[in-house]
Amino acid sequence: MDFSLSPSAVDFRAEVKAFIAEHLTAEVVDQMHATGTFNDKAFNAALADAGLLAGAVPGYGDRDPIELYILFNELEKAGAPYDGLAVTMLVAGVVNAVGTDFHRTRVLENLLTGRLNCCLGYSEPDHGSDVASITTKAVRDGDEWVITGQKMWTTMAHVSDWVFLLTRTNPDVPRHKGLTMFLIPMDTPGIEVQPVPTMATERTNATFYDEVRVGDEWRLGEVDGGWAVMGVALAFERGVMGGTNPAVPLLRHVRDWADRAPSPDGGTMLQDPLLRERLARTAIGNQVSQLLTLRAAWIAATGGLPGLEGSMAKLYATGRYQQAVGWFQEMAGAEGLLSFGVDDAAADGWIDYDARHAPVTTIYGGTTEINRNNVAERHLGLPRNR
Amino acid sequence: MDLDLTEDQEAIREVFAGFFSYETGPERARAAEPHGFDTRAWLRLMQTGAPGMGVAESSGGGGATLADLTVVVEEAGAHIAALPLVDHMVAARLLATVGTCDADVLAGATIIGLALRPPVDGVARTVPTGAVARQVVALDGDALVLIDGDPGDHLENHGCLPLAHRPLAGATVLAKGPDAVDAYRRALDEWRALTASTLVGMTRTALDLGVDYAKERQQFGRPIGSFQAIQHLLADLPGLLEGARLITAKAAWAGDRAVAGQTGVADMGDNEITDFAALACMALVSAGEAATTSTDRSLHVHGGYGFSEEYDIQLYFRRARALAMVLDDPARECRRLADMLITGQATGATA
Repeated sequence: MDFSLSPSAVDFRAEVKAFIAEHLTAEVVDQMHATGTFNDKAFNAALADAGLLAGAVPGYGDRDPIELYILFNELEKAGAPYDGLAVTMLVAGVVNAVGTDFHRTRVLENLLTGRLNCCLGYSEPDHGSDVASITTKAVRDGDEWVITGQKMWTTMAHVSDWVFLLTRTNPDVPRHKGLTMFLIPMDTPGIEVQPVPTMATERTNATFYDEVRVGDEWRLGEVDGGWAVMGVALAFERGVMGGTNPAVPLLRHVRDWADRAPSPDGGTMLQDPLLRERLARTAIGNQVSQLLTLRAAWIAATGGLPGLEGSMAKLYATGRYQQAVGWFQEMAGAEGLLSFGVDDAAADGWIDYDARHAPVTTIYGGTTEINRNNVAERHLGLPRNR
Repeated sequence: MDLDLTEDQEAIREVFAGFFSYETGPERARAAEPHGFDTRAWLRLMQTGAPGMGVAESSGGGGATLADLTVVVEEAGAHIAALPLVDHMVAARLLATVGTCDADVLAGATIIGLALRPPVDGVARTVPTGAVARQVVALDGDALVLIDGDPGDHLENHGCLPLAHRPLAGATVLAKGPDAVDAYRRALDEWRALTASTLVGMTRTALDLGVDYAKERQQFGRPIGSFQAIQHLLADLPGLLEGARLITAKAAWAGDRAVAGQTGVADMGDNEITDFAALACMALVSAGEAATTSTDRSLHVHGGYGFSEEYDIQLYFRRARALAMVLDDPARECRRLADMLITGQATGATA
């Protein structure tokens, strides 16, 4: 095995790092946490203008696929607003894999400019992990479809240009055989976006679809073939496009805080043996998480679809992140409870932020339980339990 | 970048998977307890050239890289071979680095081991291979010494390792000073990486044992592997296994690069770790955790049978714990790692 990046990948990483150093200003970071929108259109556009999005669409283009991993890993490690970009590039990848020439021209080329966004419309108020049971219906009317229903957790819907929408087109067949995927312009009449505030800084949305009419050209994949399109999207989503190194910025913040924070036992917190042990354990978790992600990227780069490997990376990384957050918040004591902008807040409020954010990481993008089911059934070959 | 084994390594894996499957395994490990040495398997192993394969060709060895050796010892771990292979390989490489490695050591006719901790009152205590190795290399102050004599009295233990104390009296000095200390530290890091790989092999088999049992064992009219509570105990393990294997492979890669004079970095703020000493420590802690967790969960899935001597999982359970902590408390290993990461200094990064 060879863990060194190719010279061109090393150059690409250096370009991304230089871009981040120049464009990820304190204002950008403050803005993302103040608005709860982890998407910055100017930042995305600048990334595209710098040529850094050319390899950011999974399965598309002639750039080294490892660039995709490098881009999102560097953005995540730096604490940049990349959530909206990752979803957008994920949809771009699905459009490239299963879309028509119309989709490629109208959508993919626009997404590559970094100036437009997509959001995901899978979950509904009554259907989350059991996504094949969704009820938002699409009914054919000549060359058009009429869509009615409600979606939950449509994060970035309020800044998106398209929603990647899973609908039911046939209620009379087994549930996963009657689904169809659409890409719907968000300015289509009948769509309403309502904010859903969360316990962390990030905002999400509920979206409502009231007899939304779109042409058949906005269908992605076959009629009743939506489950297969979902499969492509999930394989792209899990693992490779960020979300597996959230404890890297946490570790940096904790180290810097501990170096300044006096310990009640004397000296600084950085001299505390238990804190040092936990820093090291977190660093190990970060390194292993990165390697599991790299493995998924490597499989994608060599022609495979790393769905299960992505599940494993997400299971490992999110569990470690939550464990680390719990350790450090406790070790920071009362100051670990203080939020952004409060004097005395441990790590300027980052520990409180991570402790608020961490619970969602084992829920969104496929819960820990769904990922464990996948690994148990499809990797270990254990009998289905449902 | 390339995350596949080389063609040569695939061939090595195939040969040694066959060897350890045929010559070792749970029945042989059980027969070798409590002493923890399978004499017949060692004699056969000598015929494969494995004992000296890690020594440079210029010193009469097989010239295998550290990465090659991880492939061999993962198979030894998977088949719970009761053999002092890791310690012998590491000590033989160390001997060749500071002087010469004689033909009997290269062949494995003389077994050599490594004292992992500083001697106390002139005795290297609880040496992992002390009860089978005639020769033991130890670091006494800044002197690298060779103990040569009859193996020590076996200390009965949790993992049935061939542990024994070895007095330093009469030991010869191989080398002295900073270079000797560096060479010993490098050997300890090689021991960490190769022991990690052994633990990866044990993790692999422990997971297989648990999964196979969960598919066969029926309760409430169904295989217990169909119950989500059982599935979820096991479903965390492939990630632990693959993660431990990857970081162990990365440690070996860094170790081989260090021999070639390429130093690494240990930047925890950027999660950029290419330093051999840091990665070797990370590999041992990761693989130790993967092996202790997987053997623990697999044993639990076996119910009462897992606790019985008859079933193989208990062999893996005990051996995994022994190998994961015979060097030190993993928490202390982590504090050592923190020293490296906080200062950012690449200790022992060069050969």
